Amino acid sequence: MTDLSTTYLGLKLKNPLVASASPLTRKLESAKKLEEAGISAVVMYSLFEEQIIHESLELDHYLSRGTESFAEALTYLPDGGMYGVSPEKYLNHLGELKKSLSIPVIGSLNGVSKGGWTSYAKKMQEAGADALELNLYYLVTDPDMKSEEIENAQVELVAEVKSAISIPLAVKLSPFITSIPNFAKRIVEAGADGLVLFNRFYQPDFDLEQLSVVHSLELSTPSEMRLPLRWISILYGKVQTDYALTTGVHTANDVLKAMMAGAKVAMMTSNLLENGSKSVPAILENLQAWMQEKEYESIEQMQGSMSQKNVGEPAAFERANYMKVLDSWRELP
Amino acid sequence: MKQPVIMIDGNEATASVAHRSNEVIAIYPITPSSAMGEFSDEWSAKGKTNIWGTSPLVVEMQSEGGAAGAVHGALQAGALTTTFTASQGLLLMIPNMYKIAGELTSTVFHVAARSIAAHALSIYGDHQDVMAVRQTGWALLSSGSVQEAQDFAAISQAATLKSRVPFLHFFDGFRTSHEVAKIYKLTDEELRLMLDDDLVRAHRARGLSPEAPVLRGTAQNPDVYFQMREAVNPYYVATPAIAQEMMDKFAKVTGRHYNLFDYSGHPEAERVVIIMGSGGEVAEETVKFLAQQGEKVGALRVRLYRPFSVEHFLKGLPKSVKSVAVLDRTKEPGATGEPLYMDVVSALVEGGRPEIKAIGGRYGLSSKEFTPAMVKSVLDELSKPEPKVHFTVGIHDDVTNTSLEVDPSFSLKSDGMVSCVFFGLGSDGTVGANKNSIKIIGEETENFAQGYFYYDSKKSGTVTMSHLRFGPNMIHAPYLIENNQADFVACHQYTFLERVDMLKYAKEGGIFLLNSLYGPDEVWENLQKEVQQDIIKKKLKFFVINGYDVAEKTGMGGRMNTIMQTAFFAISGILPKEQAIEQIKHAIEKTYGKRGEAVVKKNFEAVDATVANIYEVKVPAEVTSTATRRLPVPSEAPDFVKNVLGQIIDSNGDNIPVSAFPVDGTFPTGTTQWEKRNLSLEIPVWNEDICIQCGKCVMVCPHAVIRHKVYEETALAGAPETFKHVKSKFKEFSEGYAYTLQVAPEDCTGCTLCVEVCPVKDKTAVGRKAINMEAQPPLREAEAKNWDFFMNIPDLDRKLVNPSTIKNSQLLRPLFEFSGACAGCGETPYVKLVSQLFGDRAVIANATGCSSIYGGNLPTTPWAQDANGRGPAWSNSLFEDNAEFGLGMRLTIDKQTEYARELLKSFEQTVSTELVDAILNADQSDEAGIQAQRERVVELKAKLEKSSDTRAKDLISIADTLVKRSVWIMGGDGWAYDIGYGGLDHVLASGRNVNVLVLDTEVYSNTGGQSSKATPRAAVAKFAMSGKGMPKKDLGLIAMSYGYVYVARIAMGANDQQTLKALLEAESYDGPSLVIAYSHCIAHGFDMAKGLEQQKLAVQSGHWPMYRYDPRLALHGQNPLVIESKAPSIPISQYAYNETRYKMLTQMNEERAEELMKEAQQDAKARWTLYQQMASMHYGNGSEEK
Repeated sequence: MTDLSTTYLGLKLKNPLVASASPLTRKLESAKKLEEAGISAVVMYSLFEEQIIHESLELDHYLSRGTESFAEALTYLPDGGMYGVSPEKYLNHLGELKKSLSIPVIGSLNGVSKGGWTSYAKKMQEAGADALELNLYYLVTDPDMKSEEIENAQVELVAEVKSAISIPLAVKLSPFITSIPNFAKRIVEAGADGLVLFNRFYQPDFDLEQLSVVHSLELSTPSEMRLPLRWISILYGKVQTDYALTTGVHTANDVLKAMMAGAKVAMMTSNLLENGSKSVPAILENLQAWMQEKEYESIEQMQGSMSQKNVGEPAAFERANYMKVLDSWRELP
Repeated sequence: MKQPVIMIDGNEATASVAHRSNEVIAIYPITPSSAMGEFSDEWSAKGKTNIWGTSPLVVEMQSEGGAAGAVHGALQAGALTTTFTASQGLLLMIPNMYKIAGELTSTVFHVAARSIAAHALSIYGDHQDVMAVRQTGWALLSSGSVQEAQDFAAISQAATLKSRVPFLHFFDGFRTSHEVAKIYKLTDEELRLMLDDDLVRAHRARGLSPEAPVLRGTAQNPDVYFQMREAVNPYYVATPAIAQEMMDKFAKVTGRHYNLFDYSGHPEAERVVIIMGSGGEVAEETVKFLAQQGEKVGALRVRLYRPFSVEHFLKGLPKSVKSVAVLDRTKEPGATGEPLYMDVVSALVEGGRPEIKAIGGRYGLSSKEFTPAMVKSVLDELSKPEPKVHFTVGIHDDVTNTSLEVDPSFSLKSDGMVSCVFFGLGSDGTVGANKNSIKIIGEETENFAQGYFYYDSKKSGTVTMSHLRFGPNMIHAPYLIENNQADFVACHQYTFLERVDMLKYAKEGGIFLLNSLYGPDEVWENLQKEVQQDIIKKKLKFFVINGYDVAEKTGMGGRMNTIMQTAFFAISGILPKEQAIEQIKHAIEKTYGKRGEAVVKKNFEAVDATVANIYEVKVPAEVTSTATRRLPVPSEAPDFVKNVLGQIIDSNGDNIPVSAFPVDGTFPTGTTQWEKRNLSLEIPVWNEDICIQCGKCVMVCPHAVIRHKVYEETALAGAPETFKHVKSKFKEFSEGYAYTLQVAPEDCTGCTLCVEVCPVKDKTAVGRKAINMEAQPPLREAEAKNWDFFMNIPDLDRKLVNPSTIKNSQLLRPLFEFSGACAGCGETPYVKLVSQLFGDRAVIANATGCSSIYGGNLPTTPWAQDANGRGPAWSNSLFEDNAEFGLGMRLTIDKQTEYARELLKSFEQTVSTELVDAILNADQSDEAGIQAQRERVVELKAKLEKSSDTRAKDLISIADTLVKRSVWIMGGDGWAYDIGYGGLDHVLASGRNVNVLVLDTEVYSNTGGQSSKATPRAAVAKFAMSGKGMPKKDLGLIAMSYGYVYVARIAMGANDQQTLKALLEAESYDGPSLVIAYSHCIAHGFDMAKGLEQQKLAVQSGHWPMYRYDPRLALHGQNPLVIESKAPSIPISQYAYNETRYKMLTQMNEERAEELMKEAQQDAKARWTLYQQMASMHYGNGSEEK
């Protein structure tokens, strides 16, 4: 029997297939289904501090607007008592997930304020999270803001959060960084126990009829996996940490590739959103079958086996390789 | 043990007792009592129990009549039951009140006493409503303060259980119901001691039960009815003593002692004022003050008015009394005196004191101020050898000369009392902040405290006034802070200085705090002359804070509440600064904590940023300003507008004499044009280069401040320099015609709906449209001139305008303009459109509600006239009867038209057969036909003018009805779905040609968001706090079932063309029409600028399918139902969760929200399927017109 188990952030997992942050963890029922299907850990949907702030201010705005202005209608909506606009709702849910699931639950956090990051991180730990994933999403639009300033701030933030908690900490990176290896190294030095590559940003689109900017969710395609695959391959062995590959993981082959690049886990979202948990057993079976066929004993055995340092042809991951791909393109006859 | 104290208003104090001492509460919202029902509902929803440990069942009914019926039934079944109401609501309960009393049923109704709609509606307080039920057999117990409202609620409950006579406990609407005061709290234990469980069980035992069946409600005949009516007498005889017994018991329990008649003043008083309600507080304080100075005066406060105990009354009156002045807060036209006066007179005669001279007067109607000076004036009148036997006090009656002279300089001196007046904008949170401040003072210091709040009658740009008093002694001053009495005056909006005289309140040496755009060194030069004069003359300490800047930096937006509250405490020194800040922060946490940390944090930051930004201004010795306060209305306004309406605008309405007013409530229309409120700092600006002249912005503007005109280019002569115009793109009016889109800069509320609806996007920057918001101040003057010029350009002749397209329809002049509706109102665009299409021949019946308030509240009203002086004739009857009211108008028009036609035929010889035929057979289906008929009627009148035949005079008097009139019945969903539904149904069934426009906001908007039957499933509203569990009533479907009613469901934001078509069709249909219009509303809790987008989503989600049901189609073998929206294409949640009314349920109870949303989705699906099936039915089976 092949050994599918792996260790990620110090957590012993029965296999490398982890459910990434998605709405599937919003419901106990769907989270349980993930576990039953064979998923080895779940990353909870993200707690967005900005969203909490926004919802709180929005609620206050609309509950206050128009009040105490007109003698007949001093308010327009009833006072409902407590509103779930604090992190409590998220934390309670995290606690409930922990109670219902036997697999590890990783909290996911996207903060905006320094105080917010650390206090929410602590609260997640208190609520029972097995580990924490920081989601460093920050879109810069100010031309005067330098990359160095941002990177420094993020490194500092990771250190602060790390010092505030005792559970393992993973950091989800953006691919849009000039020197990914340097930044990854700094983040790990700051205390991260793992790196999740990469954050996948939803990009707005244009509606040419309405001349408006539109937002819609596009699920990932398998080809998108190549970006994190490349970077984990490059970083593996150079920056010592646990890697998680996310984006584009749809099949057992994708999981295998992730492992070979050097990831400890492969995180899946789009497939789960599209098909639910039912595709998981097949992926795991296929994984098992492939490994048996190729006579791999364990997942650990293959982890990093095709990383840049182990592949025997390091340039394959660098610029020359890019040129080669272009050269290989021919116009169809 | 120290008695617990609380800061609370009269409504909450009363409701607290009622909720703790009842099992069933059936209510219907009506100002100013609504809050009592709302509190009860909220408490029950949160599981709060009565003193027996169970939560009362609270139910909202469809009308007060319904509430009274439900109460009667609940009582008959044996539950402790109550209700809360006021005004017309109480009148609707009268039939049941007779029954309840006739059956000797223990219950208490709590009434926030309010004026009755007579010549006009008023939401404010007096005793007209309670006096209208004094004959029903109920005991009437009057409380005069917040403390008493709480205490008497308990006393009346105890008394009714023992006496079996139902009690009506009343207190003055607004003055007591809305005053926040520090009172001694009635604890559960105390209330428990007041209520005898045996009596509760006896009440229960009298309930109907099949285990011990009895029968009530028999029909009786002349032989026995009379005797049985008399059989109750012993109970009424016993009731006063029982009430006194309960007052005595209450004194033992709480230490607060009351009597049926409470006397105060000089023990050997010769002149005594007799009075009920909050006025009694004023009278008591005044006579105590005067008695201290040796005057032999007193006040007798009537607590139990019915049953009127002559014995107790006389016991209360000192033997020394020589004359009494009885003050009634009501009016009974034609009576020999008002009710309390009449009772006193007969009591004096019957009780053996006929030598006492009695005079009677009216005071305080509709919350008219009642002050110590007025009490003194009444007592002075008693000193005169020939006092006025019937008088009024508090007004200047120069017609029948009833009024007494009042010395404005007289006031009571209260040691240590501090008085503060604050002026704010409704939206800036001033009132809320002051409620918090007075609570802090009342609860965190030893001071007694009082807060009273005054609002103007607009829904946008409201000016609020907060009157706060505090001091070491209990406050008995139920009147506003008077001129020259305020220790502290605060102006929270800088622009108020140019139109409001607020420093008249300041006392010498007082403090003036101004939220100023200018710093301490610049502000003086930017003040008006009058303001500078007052500051110097009154030696005021003058402070400024740039609250706008602090608000912007701390994310408070337009909310000045926390900032100005902090400034108040920092300057006034009521509490040490640190303690004050701690208390403010504590209050912030308490108020906003449940809305999330971010809100608390934001407010904390505002508190911290405020203190460092307060500056004292060094006041120069001389007045330097030449700028003066603005006139309330322009000098060119008509005299009535200047002398009456302008005075009201200028807060001077109290001083207008009786003679200045119309005698029957009739007012001129078109008066909002004179009240330039100058509300918005941003206004839309036309980009004429890219405008396609579609008219959509004109159509959606809720306040009719954007208009477009096509006109002959010659009209441009003399145009102001900045007046914009381009060539007309209208195909009917092209060569030689110019086009202008103009904004009224001083009337715009800045809602931005116009910008949102503009379909044009600048190709070089798609964020720019053909109309864009820009700063108003630099544009104001020039655009005001442009507006005036624009308005003087003649409108196109209506007969040249085909109104069936949006752009053309918007060439018709709106005859509904600049209303006081909320910025971005979803109702008024429909109302305005009706006024454009049919206004010059419309008669409108308007149900009470938002539309009657923004449509008919003084000072100025929005219904307007065209250049010919024609326009909608508008009237509001009541809330419940509007359909019938409108039908009545139709009946008159029909009858008069019929009579005119009959008469016309007999004048064939006189006026010519051709003219008679032409009039009788006129085709008035379009504007040209109507105009031709108007001309014929003019000709007819001219021909008949010289006739001496009385029938000719009759014909002249009704000839105008020969021109087709358009009857519109308008109102909200509270009227149409609930209280007025029975009448509406009957009117639709009548087949008469009326047009009903239902402005469906899916909630009672005007009274503050109570659930109606139009409220959709899953939405939160008052009385549906956990989300409405039942689906929205389908009013249109019910109306369609008649088969001969034209029905349309419209949503302007989703399809403006369909809206236009439906209204045109409805009006053209010679029968009843019902148009139900989706009206987004502030009560939905969303960005009103997105109102049209939200309407679109409502339609797309299937929540609001649009259709027209035209019975005329069936006559031609076609299905009358035409569905005009597509199958639902988005989930209901995508529409709903943009609105707080839905979203807040997900934040309060996610599981229930999900469940209800799922059901709401099923509702939409089922509705769509049903409509589809109906629309596909075959109508060709012989029903075609033959």
